[in-house]
Amino acid sequence: MSLTNLTLKAAIDGLAAREFTSVELTRAHIDAIEAARGLNAYILETPDKAIDMAAKSDARRALGEAGPLEGAPLGVKDLFCTNGVRTTACSKILENFVPTYESTVTSQLWRDGAVMLGKLNLDQFAMGSSNETSYFGPVTNPWRAQGSTKALTPGGSSGGSAAAVAADLCLGATATDTGGSIRQPAAFTGTVGIKPTYGRCSRWGVVAFASSLDQAGPIAKTVEDAALLLTSMSGHDPKDSTSLDIPVPDFTQFVGKSVKGLKIGIPKEYRVDNMPAEIEKLWQDGIAWLKEAGCEIVDISLPHTKYALPAYYIVAPAEASSNLARYDGMRYGLREEGANLTEIYENTRASGFGDEVKRRILIGTYVLSAGYYDAYYLKALKVRRRIAEDFDNAWTKCDAILTPTAPSAAFGLGENSNDPIAMYLNDVFTVTTNLAGLPGLSLPAGLDANGLPLGLQIIGKPLDEATVFSVAGAVEKAAGFTAKAEKWW
Amino acid sequence: MNENAKVIKGRTGDWEMVLGLEVHAQVASKSKLFSGAAVGFGAGPNEQVSLVDAAMPGMLPVLNRFCVEQAVKTGLGLRAQINLKSRFDRKNYFYPDLPQGYQISQFDQPIVGEGVVSVERDDGTTFDVRIERLHLEQDAGKSLHDQDPNATYVDLNRAGTALMEIVSKPDMRTSEEAAAYVKKLRTILVYLGTCDGDMEKGNLRADVNVSVCRPGDYEKFRATGDFKHLGTRCEIKNVNSYRYIQQAIEYEARRQIEILEDGGKVDQETRLFDPTKGETRSMRSKEEAHDYRYFPDPDLLPLVLDPAWVKSIEETLPELPDAKKARLQSQYGLSAYDAGVLIIDADRADYFEAAAKGRDAKLVANWVTNELLAKLSAAGTEFSNSPLPHTDIGQLVELIENGTISSKIAKEVFEHMWAGEGRPAEIVEKRGLVQINDTGAIEKAIDDLIAGNPDKAEAVKDKPQALGWFVGQVMKATGGKANPGTVNELLRKKLGVE
Repeated sequence: MSLTNLTLKAAIDGLAAREFTSVELTRAHIDAIEAARGLNAYILETPDKAIDMAAKSDARRALGEAGPLEGAPLGVKDLFCTNGVRTTACSKILENFVPTYESTVTSQLWRDGAVMLGKLNLDQFAMGSSNETSYFGPVTNPWRAQGSTKALTPGGSSGGSAAAVAADLCLGATATDTGGSIRQPAAFTGTVGIKPTYGRCSRWGVVAFASSLDQAGPIAKTVEDAALLLTSMSGHDPKDSTSLDIPVPDFTQFVGKSVKGLKIGIPKEYRVDNMPAEIEKLWQDGIAWLKEAGCEIVDISLPHTKYALPAYYIVAPAEASSNLARYDGMRYGLREEGANLTEIYENTRASGFGDEVKRRILIGTYVLSAGYYDAYYLKALKVRRRIAEDFDNAWTKCDAILTPTAPSAAFGLGENSNDPIAMYLNDVFTVTTNLAGLPGLSLPAGLDANGLPLGLQIIGKPLDEATVFSVAGAVEKAAGFTAKAEKWW
Repeated sequence: MNENAKVIKGRTGDWEMVLGLEVHAQVASKSKLFSGAAVGFGAGPNEQVSLVDAAMPGMLPVLNRFCVEQAVKTGLGLRAQINLKSRFDRKNYFYPDLPQGYQISQFDQPIVGEGVVSVERDDGTTFDVRIERLHLEQDAGKSLHDQDPNATYVDLNRAGTALMEIVSKPDMRTSEEAAAYVKKLRTILVYLGTCDGDMEKGNLRADVNVSVCRPGDYEKFRATGDFKHLGTRCEIKNVNSYRYIQQAIEYEARRQIEILEDGGKVDQETRLFDPTKGETRSMRSKEEAHDYRYFPDPDLLPLVLDPAWVKSIEETLPELPDAKKARLQSQYGLSAYDAGVLIIDADRADYFEAAAKGRDAKLVANWVTNELLAKLSAAGTEFSNSPLPHTDIGQLVELIENGTISSKIAKEVFEHMWAGEGRPAEIVEKRGLVQINDTGAIEKAIDDLIAGNPDKAEAVKDKPQALGWFVGQVMKATGGKANPGTVNELLRKKLGVE
């Protein structure tokens, strides 16, 4: 058994039992990362910093000052600003940006003793569902279809985070989710990812995509690991006005808790056209497992689901068009010269942003323009309210909702990259929780006929991550998903 | 309604102007509206810039409670509706001194709604200016175009500073009224302490909306609220003195009239006032106007105020200029004019009230608004820094009141006081300026005078107005110290003048 195969929980227990040191554990991960460069999961490795942090962690443990994540090496999505460590959002415009500050979420992980291995690849500015929009090139999914060597996407935007966790290149990773960017990659890579309730995790120091939808969360190997990480990442931050000032429970205590008597809603609107039969079957398996565990299954309706994706692709680009205005070549980041101010702006942004980012900035600018605002943006906000009301109604009938995470298993790199609409459809099951601000967790629940992992999503009431973790724990236990990507890299 | 329109004679008939103002008042706050960075004049370039102000990636705004309190306070001072729920929006445009690429402002849900300001004209008459709204917003940084021939420098010290934009309805009809409105607004803000009112530093500046119309049109507008009765308006940006406000308006109104009289059309546009040339010039036309793409700032929650908090602010409001003026008139019997002069700033009124305590208030008001005010103005200082404490003016008035010195002598004493020679009583004592109330001494001087000028003494019986010469001579003989009342009385008696 290699140290990198351990779950986060097992590693922390091993460290506590002095079976190995954080330096040893970290070194093992650094070696694994070096050996896995072909996956392109890390765009920046920080081995010296990692060893330094690990040594300090070992020293703290020796003094009996171990934090809840003491000595655990983690990867950080390169959307989180890290003090003194280049943070790019996988864009050219921030290619050489080194923050002088640390995001709240990562600083809480370091506070709790974790070790940083490096920065993980993502879709540029978190815009994408396949990691192919990254300025540093796509991430390759450690998973391959049986008998195939075709490179698959790990999903996106947190493709680097998901691939790194799946390939044992870290014990867990930070990620962010604006429309499914934690959950879809988790589903594509056989990992667990949770987007908590909007406001649980501070957005301070996280490069913004769409402020009203962005939430940080972990990608991990198990439900318990995800709970462990989320407990550390959550908490009120006065520097983020949308951060919720409410206590954070220890989420691990809910994993393994009985789900007997819980009502699980099954939304009929999530049965979409052309959904692979395997995904439908997986969903039915999930229903059966939860029934067996003592849950009551109730049919529910979320009637505005079909409007979620269009609404999302108005709200998110609208906010993005404004959030990304600061990348103008004036104070930091890329600057391309020009004959006058307008040219400098145009040259800088034309060169610094990739096509998908430009597409969304243009869509966002359009939907906020005079004469279109009411028809698009305002309408989308109304749809958003309807979607939230759908869920409010559902909560009168159930305690949690079970759905597939994504409408397909991991697809081939390049397969959808010329068809933005097909790409956007990846988010069909995940965007609703972002629009409604609800917690959503994806966990691996089975393999398709090609041996690729499929995920189930559990959606919870606002701030009820506890129930989400309990239900996820029950599904995890019943599914007994132990498959790992076979090492080929 | 203000019916004080000034008629401007044109070639094709009479015109009137219609004026509305958007005043930007910097909130007197030690830190910025959405960041903890310091606010202050005189820091080196970019020394007061936080990560938030510089719009570094991942930085988020956090609303400054103190600034909200100042906006509420100002709203209450403008007798305006306080909106318990308001919202911050992003106004999107690109400019190097706008780091975020948007200004956080309040678009359709401002913190303060409709109010009213009562404004005094120079002739003492008053008129009301209706306030449409007050909202909070961030200021931009400063672009410095004169540091380098090939580059523009940006100073972000001001970026993110809290501004209150106070929007009036088009209720002003002359440039003097516009200036008087800004003066009054400034007085209220300074009373409230919510803005220091320093126009030179740009802490208070106005965007002036000017349009012209034919006589009668404005009345139609007021009756219907329909702007179609008014002419097309131009907005003159960032005018920062009363004089410039007036000059800009006068120039702009004439410019518009000329266009209209030549059969042209006024373009709705934003213009700049050039103080050196005394003219306005186009900044950007309506076609070039930005589409600001306002939308609610998703980084901020709606601003919800607790009515109890608003009430607690209301309870701590200082006495405002209008109330103070009314009180000074009723409590001290002052004229509207004197009261008006005294309330221009609260320190002045406070000074007066302290000096007037237990004394002849009208007399005190005279000394404060005439002698002392003139001296302070000449010295370029304020009542708060007056070298003469209110106790000195009080004592001086007391000396007049109890007959120790005459008003005339008092002026001399005052000069010595201003020269720093000590307290009034000491000066009177030291310089022997005590008024001669001794009838015997005065009588002797009169007798001597009559004896020396028998012809004049005879003539005055038919020409009583010549009495003044005698008074003057007696005063001269007594070194100005004789009690003028006694002198007058005795002269009349001895000369037989009724």
